[in-house]
Amino acid sequence: MPRRAQPWPIRLTHWVNLVALGVMAGSGLQILVAYPFLGARGAPYRWYPLQGVAPPAFLALGGWLAGARHLHFAVAWLFAANALGYAAYLAASGEWRRRLFSPRRDARHAWQTLLHELRLRREPPPPAGLYNGLQRLTYSAVVLLAPLSVLSGLALWKPVQLPRLTALLGGWDAARAVHLLVLAALAAFAVVHLIQVARHPRTLVDMTAGGPDRPEGAPWGR
Amino acid sequence: MGPVTRRDLFLGAARSAGLLLLGGTACDAERPKAGALGLMERFNERLERALFDPTRLAPELPASAQTDPEQFPAYKIGPDYPEAPAGWGLRVGGLVKRPLLLSLEDLRRLPRTRTRVRHHCVEGWSAVAAWDGVRLSEVARLAGAAPQARYVEFRSFEPGYFSSWDVESALHPQTILAYGMNGDDLAMEYGAPLRLYSAVKLGYKMVKYLAEVNFLPVRTGGYWEDQGYEWFAGV
Repeated sequence: MPRRAQPWPIRLTHWVNLVALGVMAGSGLQILVAYPFLGARGAPYRWYPLQGVAPPAFLALGGWLAGARHLHFAVAWLFAANALGYAAYLAASGEWRRRLFSPRRDARHAWQTLLHELRLRREPPPPAGLYNGLQRLTYSAVVLLAPLSVLSGLALWKPVQLPRLTALLGGWDAARAVHLLVLAALAAFAVVHLIQVARHPRTLVDMTAGGPDRPEGAPWGR
Repeated sequence: MGPVTRRDLFLGAARSAGLLLLGGTACDAERPKAGALGLMERFNERLERALFDPTRLAPELPASAQTDPEQFPAYKIGPDYPEAPAGWGLRVGGLVKRPLLLSLEDLRRLPRTRTRVRHHCVEGWSAVAAWDGVRLSEVARLAGAAPQARYVEFRSFEPGYFSSWDVESALHPQTILAYGMNGDDLAMEYGAPLRLYSAVKLGYKMVKYLAEVNFLPVRTGGYWEDQGYEWFAGV
């Protein structure tokens, strides 16, 4: 059955996520300003290169610690509900098949695409469906980061009431490091994502307007 | 539709300004207790109270987990650490059968509890110390706190410094009135002669320089809470 490149539930959750994640990141950085160290008092993590370096003010949202915490704990629900809606749609519609990474199908294609993108391989990879293997790998990794950000956030919020979750993450300070590293990974993804959208503006149009109906699995944008 | 008049333009502009203003007050991080943010705090609080298990204990940690005492922060709200008034005693009042005035010696004679748990600060740091004192539940029992007292207010002899708690968190077995830290008498920097300590709240709820404990039917605010920090602040 032909289907639009970006069905409306995907577009809706994508743009809601942009707003929610933006507020979560900005308010999270404002919270970090209050104590820009990782590791417990007297036991800072040696591996963290930015000990004592506060995030820049223009990235922070909420103005002050209590304001940022209120923003963070309010918008967290929007972020989580939106993510759940997205996951439910992906599962129910079967969209996950053409979006998520399957090693057997996509590993080789992801590798070829990566080499081609890095100019290490002249020959382009064979035409793929909606997404190429590398996109599927990247998007799947990002989708896995969402539950990690929520779980580490819950451990930070309720370390005593959720002891098993906190222990699973290695304790409260480790959960805080995980929470920040997830943000760093998402930020790195966002940079590459924006570069790729600038290189292929058509994808932005489709993510907004839905794009043309196209048979399942047809090669992308040609 | 007729031509756009100046009146239409003016009304349109006023409506937009009003909407902007409404949006601003609905979600204003300068005033986190108001509007949508305040609504969400109350929603979160209901969930937090449902999640709170009065019998669940925070893990008691070994001495080896203790933070170097030099590294355990000591905060004050005024320019100086306040000194206890002469003849200091802890007043226990409100909805109680027997209002009490307890000296430090009285408190030391009550069953002694040591708790060594992770301290979670709202700023994002954690640290560990051993705290000696008496459970608040023990003091509530002695005073005969009434079941209508759903809240407990802790007041400092430092003017304006106080906090109010839900009674369940206040009566938790790891909520104590602490007079000792890391085996020594409580130092002035950490709230001498007596401070509140608990495993189940963020640090700013633990009032130092205690003067009064009041069992109340309603909640009052708090020094930090009235500035905009969350009232429940359970961990």
